[in-house]
Order: sequence, then C-alpha cells, then structure tokens
Amino acid sequence: MVEELGDGMQLLFVDRHVIHELSGYRGQVEIAKRGLKMRSPGLALGSFDHVVSTAPGSRGGNNANADRIIGGFRAESRKAGMRLYDIGEDGQGIVHVIGPETGFTIPGALLVCGDSHTCTHGALGALAWGIGTTELVHVLATQTVVQQKPKTMRVEFRGAPAKGITGKDLILALIGKLGTAGGMGYAVEYAGEAIRGLDLEGRMTVCNLSIELGAKVGMVAPDEKTYAFLKGRRHAPKGAHWDQALAHWRTLPSDAGAMFDAEHAIDCASLAPQITWGTSPEDVIGVDGVVPDRKPEALAYMGLTAGRPIAGTKVDRVFIGSCTNSRLPDLRAAAAIAKGRNVARHVEAWVVPGSWRIKQDAEAEGLHEVFKAAGFQWREAGCSMCVAANGDYVAPLARCVSTSNRNFVGRQGPQARTHLASPAMAAAAAIAGEITDVRGF
Amino acid sequence: MERFSFLRSVAAPIPQKNIDTDYIIRIERCTGTPREEIGKYAFEMARFNKDGSENPAFVLNQPRYRGAQILVCGEFFGTGSSREMAVWALAGLGIRCLIAPSYGQIFYGNCFQNGLLPVVLPAAEVDSLMTDAGSGKPFEIDLEKQLINARIRFDISPRRKKMLLEGLDELGLTLAMEPKIAAFEAADRQRRPWIYPA
Repeated sequence: MVEELGDGMQLLFVDRHVIHELSGYRGQVEIAKRGLKMRSPGLALGSFDHVVSTAPGSRGGNNANADRIIGGFRAESRKAGMRLYDIGEDGQGIVHVIGPETGFTIPGALLVCGDSHTCTHGALGALAWGIGTTELVHVLATQTVVQQKPKTMRVEFRGAPAKGITGKDLILALIGKLGTAGGMGYAVEYAGEAIRGLDLEGRMTVCNLSIELGAKVGMVAPDEKTYAFLKGRRHAPKGAHWDQALAHWRTLPSDAGAMFDAEHAIDCASLAPQITWGTSPEDVIGVDGVVPDRKPEALAYMGLTAGRPIAGTKVDRVFIGSCTNSRLPDLRAAAAIAKGRNVARHVEAWVVPGSWRIKQDAEAEGLHEVFKAAGFQWREAGCSMCVAANGDYVAPLARCVSTSNRNFVGRQGPQARTHLASPAMAAAAAIAGEITDVRGF
Repeated sequence: MERFSFLRSVAAPIPQKNIDTDYIIRIERCTGTPREEIGKYAFEMARFNKDGSENPAFVLNQPRYRGAQILVCGEFFGTGSSREMAVWALAGLGIRCLIAPSYGQIFYGNCFQNGLLPVVLPAAEVDSLMTDAGSGKPFEIDLEKQLINARIRFDISPRRKKMLLEGLDELGLTLAMEPKIAAFEAADRQRRPWIYPA
C-alpha cells in the first residue's frame, strides 16, 4: 500500500498489469490524449484475445475495425516498451490464460486487468481484479489503483467430488446456491478438500467465475501444487529470487483460525454435473434435474418449459473455450469424450484453445486429430464465442452449450441461447446433439 | 469530470434484477464506437426493434420518461463485464443518477469515474421509489444533503461524495503523489525483489 486515502480507500501499487487489445488500446488512446506516458512498462504483459479471428490459420481480425484495434495496440505497446505477445507467437492467448502460463502471475502479487475475469489469477494466490477504462488509464500512468478493502468470505468445498465432476461444476453449484450477488463486496477464498484436489487449471476455472458470484476477487491459497506449476515458467522468478519468493509465498495462506466476514460450505460428494437453464449463471441445476418453474422471462428467452428434464434439450452449437475452460486439461477432458465418436449432424461444434502454447501442446498430444476426426472445428487461440467481440456469434434462437462464463441475454449474439457447462459436458452435448449427462459416456 | 450536486428530473423505473453490462451496451459497440456516440446504443436490444425503429414498450421510449436523468433499478444493476462503456452509454443518454439496492461492483466504481451517482438504498425504499417513478413526478437528488425528494437519506463514502461535488479527477490527484509512489517502489524493490524484472 502506498497511501491510506481515508474512508477505507487505499492507493495500492500494482505489481502486475495484464493488458489486452480491446480495453488496453482504449486506455492507451486515452493516456496519449492526456499527454501522459506509461509509467512502468516492465510490470506489464500484453496480448491479443478479444477481437482476434479464431478462424483456422488466421493472423488478424475478422474485419477492418478489429485490424485497426490490433494494429493500434501493437504500435502503442511497442512505443511504450511493454512486453507484448503477438498473434502467432508463443505466449499469445487469452490474457487470463497466458498470465499463469508464462509465470507472470505469481502468489501474493497485486494484479489488475481491464477485464472482469481477472479474478482468474487468484487461483495462484494473486490478489487480482478487473478494472474499468478510467482505472486502466490510472494504472498505465501511475502503476497504482485506488481500492476499498473488501470484506472476506471463505467457501469450503467439502468431500471428494465424483469422477467427472470438475471445477466448473463446483463453482456453478456455489453460484446456484448463493446467487450472482452472493459474493458482492467480498474477496472470496475457496478452500476445502475438493479445491486442494484440483489442478491449477481447475482452480483457475473456479476463480474465473468469482465475478459471476458477484465478487471482484476470488482466490485459492497457494500450495505445493502452485509452486510446482510455476517453477521454471518464463516469467516466474529465477535463482535467488525464486528462493526468496517461495519463502514469502509460504507465509501467505490464511491461518487455520482466521476469521472471515462470511463462511459457506458446499458438499461436493453428491454433486451432479451442472448446467444452466436461464439467463444468469445462478440459474443452474444438475443435468439430471428438471427445468424449474421460475423466472418466466428467462424461460421464454431460452425456449424451455418448466417441469421438463433439461437433458434431451436439442442443441445447435457447442463452444469449448474461453478464459474459463480452454486450458490443456479442459481440452483433454473434452477429447476423452469425443474420441472415436462423431458430432451430431445438426450441431456445429468448436474447440478454441486458450493460447498459442496450449494449441501446440494439444497438437503434440494429438488432441486436434481427435477433435477433427469427430467433426469439431479446431481453431486459433482467442476469446471467440464467449464474448463475441470478434464476430464469432451464435445465431438468433440457436442453442449453444458453452464452456464460457456468461449466459446473459444476447451475450453470444442477439437472441442466442446459452447453457454453461464443463468441457466434458459440452463435448457430450456435441456428440449426442442434445444436453446429456456426461456420466453416461 | 462533470460535477454533481443537485439534480431534478423524471425517474424511469427499470425493475428487472441483474441487468448486466452486456445488456446496457452490446460488445459490438465497445469495439469502435467513439465515446461521444455510444449513448445512441444504450439498452439497444430492448430500446429498438430489429428494423432499427424504437420499441414503444421500452420504458425510456415512453413519452413521460423521455429525457429522464434518473433510473430506479432492480437489484444488482450493472453486473457482469467491466466495460466502462456501459457507464458511458448511460451518461450518453443523459443519465446522471441511479437508484438501486445493489450494483455490480466494477460498474459501481466506474460510475464515480464518470460523474454518475449510483445511490444504494434498501430494497423496500427502492420499491417505493419505483412506484413514485411510475407517477412521472420529478425526483430531486441532493448530494450535498444526501437526500432524495427531501426525505430519503442515502449513504455515500465522503471521499466519493467530494469527488462528485467538486468534479475531481482521481488521476490528477494520484499523479501529484508520484514521489510517494516512487518511494514505495524503491523500498519494495528491496523487500520483494522478485516482483521486478531484472
């Protein structure tokens, strides 16, 4: 902390600034308008994700406007002297994927980004949250951010989940229980046996949906898995710095008797794979459940009938990707379902790796061949159909099972109907041509 | 930043819960639309029909609410994406004040950065104001006294109140603190050298 500003507000030094072309370029334009310069380019990491085309072989945007943003961000970033992973380069990808992947995200660091899913980085024990454009300009110019200290919440995920139950299912179940405003005003720590059992990628999925719980910040205490994940990564501390950092990181986890402003628990042993039925992430049920008789507007938008089983609902599109679920273990889980099977004839199914590196690693394992043989499209890294900023849309009234994070009205395109689920559930829906229980595969 | 002290305006009711920032401004409008023009696209999916004509059913298209500078909203207004264009879009429509039981947290902070006052009140108070808004009678928002219609008191952080009243720019204030930031950084380089690339 640089300074107490009074009123519970603090001026905080930003250790890690992650920047993507959409909000980042807007910020670069604004800072230039004010005649200011980027203060600390060495503490920033930039890449391209929102507006890039994910069409196979593509190296730019899908339209002139996207190309203008890409070109502008590239030029401004180079001028500022910040590190930028360009399209088609090892390191490029969704910013919430490449931060951890390159070891830029580390425990205990204060990390911000002009994107609400910045909470993802909390999976490594970073204190991370999303900021708006004006705050982004503030960070560019001063390397600080003004923030009120949040209340604290701890959620314990008890018991070992059954086989096939993923981080996505855990966090969706929590959002279903507490609602999308349940975490409002809190920094949330996810703990318990089920969280410890997750790999780092699974923890990233859990933390990613903190904002859908209403919390700007979500985190998992770092442990040996975290340190093993980070060691040797490109931007992780090296040599003596590694030893110093590690000693510091081991002091970070909450004390066993720490007090929180709120505590909740979820029993994971009996959880079924989760899927959303409405237009908010809190509208979620087990895939073996029936569509609830609530929120008539959401049911009308989604074209669903209350009281009917959600399984068996015909789907048109499947999207496996996004900062929620586009990492190597996600792709492996989807490929395990797809292997030796075929995508239903009426379904268009996409796999969009989260980063250039993940795409190469997946191809080295042959996952792309599995997907392509089954009839999935294997695409370039980017945000793609999660946010539809690049023109990757779901058609009006079409139904999409998506591994992304938001099923809002119009999120994947006007009148598009989105069901959020895990990668394995999405792959199973693509094969079956309808929403189906992946445990039957 | 535009100052905010006193506002008298009709208030339009938007009672739906969880209105998200994607709904306030579509992503396509965040990629190339100049800030000055973004208000045209606020609530686009609800405000306009597919052919671009106005949807008469949408509250802000109804004659009594046209030009309203206040929105009375359902809980958790502005949830979702961090896009500040949602606030720019509302400001572009002329909205200066929101009244709701709660807000998306990033959106809430973004409001203050743009001279827009997001009032938080208990749900019962918001419900009653929602009814009052239906009468079409203008509301009066007095930030100095923290009063709505001279009777309903609201809380606001003194710092944020001052910034709105005086139209202060946070960046300007922080830039003046650069010596403190530099001193923090120098000490931190000793304390946590691994944070700083060689």
